[in-house]
Amino acid sequence: MKIAVCIKQVPDSWAEKKMVNGLLDRVNVDAVLNDLDEYAIEEALRIVEAHDGNEEGGPNTVTVISMGPERATEAIRKALSMGANDAILISDAKLAGADALTTSKVLAQVISHGGFDVVICGTESTDARMSVVPAMLAERLESAQLTFASAVTVDPSTKKVSITRVTEAGVDEIFGEFPVVISVVEKINEPRYPSFKGIMAAKKKVIEVKDLAAVGLEVENSWSMVVDAVLRPARAAGVRVTDDGSGADQLVTYLVEKKLI
Amino acid sequence: MSTVLILADFVGKKASKTTAELATAGARIGEVSAVVLAPPGQGAECAAAINVGPISHVIVIESDSFAGNGVAAGADILAQVISLKNPVAVLIASHAFGKEIAGRTAVKTHSGIITDAVDVAADLSVTQLIFGGSTTVTSKISHGTPIITVRPKSISPDLVPASPTVETLSLLVSQSSKKATVTSSQPPVQGGRPELTEADIVVSGGRGTNGDFAAVEAFADSLGAAVGASRAATDAGWYPHSHQVGQTGKTVSPQLYVACGISGAIQHRAGMQTSKAIVVINKDPEAPIFEIADFGVIGDLFAVLPKATEGVNARKA
Ligand SMILES: Cc1cc2nc3c(=O)[nH]c(=O)nc-3n(C[C@H](O)[C@H](O)[C@H](O)COP(=O)(O)OP(=O)(O)OC[C@H]3O[C@@H](n4cnc5c(N)ncnc54)[C@H](O)[C@@H]3O)c2cc1C
Ligand SMILES: Nc1ncnc2c1ncn2[C@@H]1O[C@H](COP(=O)(O)O)[C@@H](O)[C@H]1O
Repeated sequence: MKIAVCIKQVPDSWAEKKMVNGLLDRVNVDAVLNDLDEYAIEEALRIVEAHDGNEEGGPNTVTVISMGPERATEAIRKALSMGANDAILISDAKLAGADALTTSKVLAQVISHGGFDVVICGTESTDARMSVVPAMLAERLESAQLTFASAVTVDPSTKKVSITRVTEAGVDEIFGEFPVVISVVEKINEPRYPSFKGIMAAKKKVIEVKDLAAVGLEVENSWSMVVDAVLRPARAAGVRVTDDGSGADQLVTYLVEKKLI
Repeated sequence: MSTVLILADFVGKKASKTTAELATAGARIGEVSAVVLAPPGQGAECAAAINVGPISHVIVIESDSFAGNGVAAGADILAQVISLKNPVAVLIASHAFGKEIAGRTAVKTHSGIITDAVDVAADLSVTQLIFGGSTTVTSKISHGTPIITVRPKSISPDLVPASPTVETLSLLVSQSSKKATVTSSQPPVQGGRPELTEADIVVSGGRGTNGDFAAVEAFADSLGAAVGASRAATDAGWYPHSHQVGQTGKTVSPQLYVACGISGAIQHRAGMQTSKAIVVINKDPEAPIFEIADFGVIGDLFAVLPKATEGVNARKA
């Protein structure tokens, strides 16, 4: 069974972010592995561990795929040190500012070349927060879309995958057959910390870096354009009271004054 | 006049408020046709549920592939309707299902997509709040049929009664959109309280409740509010996951958000900081949630909430 895990390097959620010429300034900001993608890596590892592991020469592999600047190798190393086998990084200056359509197009091309049975994503990237790339991948790859999974069961012998989907619309049990695209919610597992051994082993693992020509794609410019980006005024400092027994009354008075009740 | 498609949004068998919000934005741009994806035999009933908002037409498609929120089938049909009706834009509710349908439809129709819009102008420029609401971005789609998902409760709906013309289309879902099979489907548990993303007031509890949500619920009920929870509370099993507010839960933007015993981690703030007013009750004056509070009480929620509940109820009497 060949599993691909799509991961993205994103600006640290805590870092101050700036827009430069309508694009997120990704250079002058701390970057980390999108934390929701750690759950995807963990789930991939748990799936192979339940079915003969991913030792070299064994039946299963976990490949990390990422599109981003060269610097994304930092995030990729983390995934490799958790236990993924190898990685592909698609990096090209022409991809700067790529939207979800372009991202999914590039990832889908690499995935279909690799002949993966199972693709696992996070449910959203903490920077774009679109939650559309996994669905777009399923569309492009004509794979079963098994997204927003809080539980995944894979049976490599029958090639059947079933998931529990949790969204605002309720809870669904869904199944499909290889090839499938899964996205996992953060309830699904507890991602492992890379062990010292894992970190050492990751240094020797292969990250194949490809540009667009190597992927075999020409890419259009982004299909949406930022016209304007303005900083909103910060919330004015609010009122703060220490409860000395009158806190509740003051709260109610505030609600009345603001016509909230 | 040009046509704008909206994807009708349902909560159970009722059209959600979001449907009227989408229609309101759509009516600024053109004449609104609401697309209704209905299970077999339920088309007429679902169409009849579209009775509020500036909606001129309803287009109903029935298919058994829509059961259990078939995203692939929904996108397949929506793309077919787009090629039949040639709309100037498509507006969809910005939740998991809506965004995924939008994503697949954008791929199918070679169109640009913007998600999580908080406003859409007549010239199709789209406003989003990014970086946790700190920056306002205006964007335009330059390619294909603009596909825009709009956050619930961002646009104040025009609640005119609607009496749209109803058209039923028989369209087939392609085989490649039937790769995932739904074996069972449970709607979210709906208590007597308003739906989290639709409520005007949300009262949320966190780890500080120590598992006892009674005071939070009582205060919520006095205000007619929905109840939310932090991840610490849902993880502990104190409150259902469907009530989680935050990055990996729901995004809410009510008139008033009351955070009780919640520290204000960035992942929680991501789901509530665009609320119009924020009230905090927390016994730790250093809790980061105070940074975004319009009104904060430093105190024990078990002391403050019951009294506040009494105070609100007394005003109603
Ligand atoms: C990938 C990822 C996704 C996440 N997604 C979300 C998400 O969607 N939503 C979310 O909420 N979190 C999310 N989190 C978790 C988030 O980081 C925090 O851990 C969580 O929000 C903390 O919940 P809390 O504020 O209830 O608990 P704590 O941080 O423990 O805060 C409890 C607060 O209660 C106060 N308190 C205690 N007792 C009382 C009392 N009697 N009266 C008044 N105040 C009291 C304390 O002073 C403290 O400030 C996510 C984390 C990760 C890694
Ligand atoms: N540039 C990228 N490289 C690899 N995977 C990505 C990239 N962008 C998004 N993804 C995957 O798609 C998921 C959803 O991202 P998004 O649709 O941007 O919110 C992420 O959690 C990743 O698994």
